[in-house]
Amino acid sequence: MKDKLIEQLKEILEVEDREINLEDKFREYEEWDSLAYLSVIAMIDEEFDVVIETVDFKKLLTVDDMLQAIESRMK
Amino acid sequence: MPIQHIKNISIKGIAACVPKHTQDNRTLALLGNEEQIQKYIDTTGVITRHTVEGQELRASDLAYEAANKLIEELGWDRNSIDCLIFVSQTPDYILPATACVLHGRLALSNDCFSMDISLGCSGWIYGVTTIATLLQNGGFKRGLMLAGDTSTLTKSPKDKSTYPLFGDAGTATAIEYQNGAEGIRVHTATDGKNYEAIIIPDGGFRNMYNENSNVEEEFEEGIIRKRIDTSMDGAAVFTFGITKAPRSVKSLLEHFQIEIDSIDHFVFHQANKFMIEKIRSKLKIPAEKVPYSLDEYGNTSSSSIPLTIVARLREQVMSKETAILACGFGVGLSWGSIHFKAEDLVCPDIIMK
Repeated sequence: MKDKLIEQLKEILEVEDREINLEDKFREYEEWDSLAYLSVIAMIDEEFDVVIETVDFKKLLTVDDMLQAIESRMK
Repeated sequence: MPIQHIKNISIKGIAACVPKHTQDNRTLALLGNEEQIQKYIDTTGVITRHTVEGQELRASDLAYEAANKLIEELGWDRNSIDCLIFVSQTPDYILPATACVLHGRLALSNDCFSMDISLGCSGWIYGVTTIATLLQNGGFKRGLMLAGDTSTLTKSPKDKSTYPLFGDAGTATAIEYQNGAEGIRVHTATDGKNYEAIIIPDGGFRNMYNENSNVEEEFEEGIIRKRIDTSMDGAAVFTFGITKAPRSVKSLLEHFQIEIDSIDHFVFHQANKFMIEKIRSKLKIPAEKVPYSLDEYGNTSSSSIPLTIVARLREQVMSKETAILACGFGVGLSWGSIHFKAEDLVCPDIIMK
């Protein structure tokens, strides 16, 4: 779950050669822009079959928050 | 469940009119440097847009041209048109209804039902559904469903999240009562809790025009707008589009047991390429079945579905039976899908005004 999310994030942000950690604040990545944002929404929908409404997504700060949001919706 | 089969009606023709004037995103400074412009175009798919910039042209003028041409080519007697609907969110006046203004300009008979519908991206789906419902019992025989918007007039030229996406257009769709005709199959839906996702906050009667309405506000770099401009929560609309549109198409097809393979073309509201491609891949539709017109015309709101049919499928719908699934989604939030078979449509070439 965790590994899959990190792998997907690396692909979207095109940072395959860099570490992505759970405590990272993803909005602070230099590569984070509006397209990355939309790509992440689409990826979560496609890969995990989960929809995080925008109001909830805006509250997420770290990669771990994102992971928790996905996991809680998969249950 | 808002899924229905409206029988005994037939779509007879579709026409579209766009302004001659074009704007080119490849040279739009608002989008940034060359690399940023290329990324924007690759993602959204919008290269050029036909717009009313600097002209007196309005949505009703574009719809009028499309309607007039379509009536002429159909050979319809103007007195035989029993109902007229105008779908728009850029009407001529607050009142009267622009459908009444158009009724006069088109010289239709007084024995005619006319009304406006205020919807955008889903507007063609709702307009056709409404007029088909009016016609299905045979009381009314002929209907004109006009859809048009000058969306560019409601966007801030300093807002890169909206302005470069939109174009202006007007369209006309002719529908006739025909006993025994196959008709249309429709799904329609609304999510009113998220009405603020796409909104012009000021200028209506909730927030009447005031001294703050015309003041520019900067939200982030490249996003400056006033309260009389459209504000769009791109991420919310995207999340909405990629979940609701595929579900709408799927539920309609499943309900009537229609196979994806049996459909010749899926015409999606031309929101942006990135979103449509996500919807297409979720539905596993082959790329060649999904035409695009946004490269040339941008997102034309309620006109985007009929404009795409005229711009990209014209030869086909004029010459042979074509099964079409059209799906519109957006402002409202409102969405829906229509399945119909186009056959021998009267479909004049795009009119430039």
